[in-house]
Amino acid sequence: MAEINVDKKLDCSGMLCPMPVVKTKKALKDMEIGHVLEMISTDAGAMPDMYAWAKQTGHELLDAKEDEGKIFTFLVKKTH
Amino acid sequence: MITSEVKGKDRKKRLALVATKGTLDWAYPPFILASAAAAMDWEVGVFFTFYGLPLLKKEIKAEVSPLGNPAMPMKMPFGPEGFQSINWNMPNVLMANVPGFESMATGLMKKMFKNKGVASIEELREACIDMDVRLIGCQMTMDVFGFAKEEFVEEAEVAGAAAFLAYAAEADVNMFV
Repeated sequence: MAEINVDKKLDCSGMLCPMPVVKTKKALKDMEIGHVLEMISTDAGAMPDMYAWAKQTGHELLDAKEDEGKIFTFLVKKTH
Repeated sequence: MITSEVKGKDRKKRLALVATKGTLDWAYPPFILASAAAAMDWEVGVFFTFYGLPLLKKEIKAEVSPLGNPAMPMKMPFGPEGFQSINWNMPNVLMANVPGFESMATGLMKKMFKNKGVASIEELREACIDMDVRLIGCQMTMDVFGFAKEEFVEEAEVAGAAAFLAYAAEADVNMFV
């Protein structure tokens, strides 16, 4: 897969629900359409939450992965 | 004043919540659900009634009471891991008679939530306001308990049951907390 260019990074480490989605929405607010946000979360519920969030908002979840240290990394493309 | 702003297919999903409890623990569910829904671009309205009403006050003074609540874990938010996992079962007679027990329990819960990475009620309410969640105070309860709109955060509105129900009738998700 081609390397995705990240335009902005957001670290939500240590934050529990619902702050990762709240902060993600806020971070997207002043980004340009088509730009990509990288969000990092340690919330164990982040994976299903971010899938649901993307489905509801219509923003594109380009990538969602979990590493062995229970750290989740999401790439979100602002679509509107 | 509580009607939908957008009609037709561009209409956003809507969440209508009724917040009826004002203790520190029960203050969380409405603000968590409201902020999560607003983060998903839903339209959200929370109707604060009865003991939920003080959550609209400029300064939130919510406390928690473990008295008569056997389901509430009593754990220490400090010390070694083994110590923190102990559930301190307190008899009601002790909780009811030790002065300051509730303020201690409130302090411990705030510390535990902070340690675990849970936002404070104030932060969650601020996030809700920031995302245009409508905070609606129940007029009737205000009259009964003697609350004035001036005591509430600026963003709060006031309405009655019929007005809220009209809003809730157009909601996709309705919950009573």
